[in-house]
Amino acid sequence: MARSFPASPSDPLETAAWLRWSLIALAGAVMLLLVVLPLAMVLAAAFAKGIGVWFAALVQPDARAALRLTLFTAAIVLPINAGFGLLMAWALTRFEFRGKRVLLSLIDLPFAVSPVVAGLCLVLLFGSDGWFAEWLAAHDIKILFARPAIVLATLFITFPFVVRELIPLMQQQGSDEELAARSLGAGPWRMFRRVTLPNIKWGLLYGVLLCSARAIGEFGAVSVVSGHIRGLTNTLPLHIEILYNEFDSTAAFAVASLLAGLALVTLGLKFWLEARHGDALARTHRRH
Amino acid sequence: MSTAAARLIALPARRGRRPLPGFGVSLGLGMAWLGLIVLLPLAALAWKAAGLGLAGWLHAIHDPRVQAALELSFGAALVAALLASCAGALVAWVVVRYRFPGRRLLDALVDLPFALPTAVAGIALTAIYSANGWVGRWTEPWGLKIAYAPAGIVMALVFVGLPFAVRTVQPVLESLGRDQEEAAVSLGAGRFTTLRRVILPELLPGLLTGFSLAFARGLGEYGSVIFIAGNLPFKTEIAPLLITIRLEEYDYNGAVAIAALLLAASFVCLLALNAIPLLFAHGKSDG
Repeated sequence: MARSFPASPSDPLETAAWLRWSLIALAGAVMLLLVVLPLAMVLAAAFAKGIGVWFAALVQPDARAALRLTLFTAAIVLPINAGFGLLMAWALTRFEFRGKRVLLSLIDLPFAVSPVVAGLCLVLLFGSDGWFAEWLAAHDIKILFARPAIVLATLFITFPFVVRELIPLMQQQGSDEELAARSLGAGPWRMFRRVTLPNIKWGLLYGVLLCSARAIGEFGAVSVVSGHIRGLTNTLPLHIEILYNEFDSTAAFAVASLLAGLALVTLGLKFWLEARHGDALARTHRRH
Repeated sequence: MSTAAARLIALPARRGRRPLPGFGVSLGLGMAWLGLIVLLPLAALAWKAAGLGLAGWLHAIHDPRVQAALELSFGAALVAALLASCAGALVAWVVVRYRFPGRRLLDALVDLPFALPTAVAGIALTAIYSANGWVGRWTEPWGLKIAYAPAGIVMALVFVGLPFAVRTVQPVLESLGRDQEEAAVSLGAGRFTTLRRVILPELLPGLLTGFSLAFARGLGEYGSVIFIAGNLPFKTEIAPLLITIRLEEYDYNGAVAIAALLLAASFVCLLALNAIPLLFAHGKSDG
């Protein structure tokens, strides 16, 4: 690893100082224009008319309803995708079976599919002439343009996050400790609680963190199925769009600053996990 | 899939008995979850698309407005993935190879586009790069229009694609030993030759993976683009937006035709992503 060798003045691999600093400056400029400025813009625009206006935009009833719906959605999506993600990772890393490679690629599908296409799929299932339209109408169940569709769309989009995090981690760890626990007489549940869970807990948390960031911020898929009913089926990102299109950009940026703050917290937690518990994460995330 | 079926397709384990518990339950529940949440909705789209027939599909796609949107979406995603790959390789190189103040901050900021909701990024980028924004006010007098132009779409797509490009190259760079580079230099290779003949071949799988991920993401991206694009038909209207417009017009066939094409492109990207490690199987990267 390059860093572990002290660079002597005569180091043949040493880059010339001017070139090194030019590359650093160029990389810094890219990150400034692409990442730092948008973040600064959100804060500047959110507080442009003072903290009172900012606060008013956040406690306004439609904004509060949107926040509640966003948290409600995340609260359903996270446990489901974490629980089933764990089961799927267990099956895929502890057993050999035919079709495993196909299954692994199918898991990645939601990463590659456009969120709008995902939303459209749900419309085709639950819309007025969808597959389940008659049955739903007969039982008076409303899914599309209501909360269930928002939850389903978010489930689809955030499907791979936890399982994709656990698979490389559990593959690296192998099953020796679990086999040892079993041969010492531990039951399945005891083995899971005392061996598997402690081994993967930081990786699980890492996956849940990424999953929650996406669940809270998802826009395209939710936009297609939400129906945009103010106070009822608007999530926070959709609320931002409505405010923005009504030229109330200060309020839009105020709500955006709330989500940007959440993103920064996510980033901080992610960085802390990588630095502090890097050994318990999949190898690609280790930072030391 | 039922437990019995799961057992049937399983290969016999060592010593005839599976030493770890929960194979049937975990695979069965996992498949049910995958099937209900992901595969069933996609099957509905595939079914409707098949119902259109080739003639119906061609008819829907042949609309000039659809053609313009598809050209824009594929073109912008391609350009953005290329730019993101270059910028990503640069950032990864700088972060791994050099020591400078702010390095760890730069490294941490790379993930911001993952964490920041796309709508937030969209309105922020628009505000910065529009005619009276922080950057736009300096570029527009020079004739460089970014917001409400194709350049703005590319900009937003580079933003969402950058983390993929950095994070796929970075681990490879970190694991790259000095030995080969030193050997190349001691055998008389210049820095450029070393870069081209020693480092680049090692990075290639990572670069291609990052490119494919950024392209797939960019092709379907919606939230960050619709604010900065301006959304003029034939000029700055992307394909995912046209899907939502067709839906609002209750033109389901029109929406399905475009979506089927995007879905097919997603499958191609996934196939490419799966093929890359196989193509470079002799390498030692752990991707």
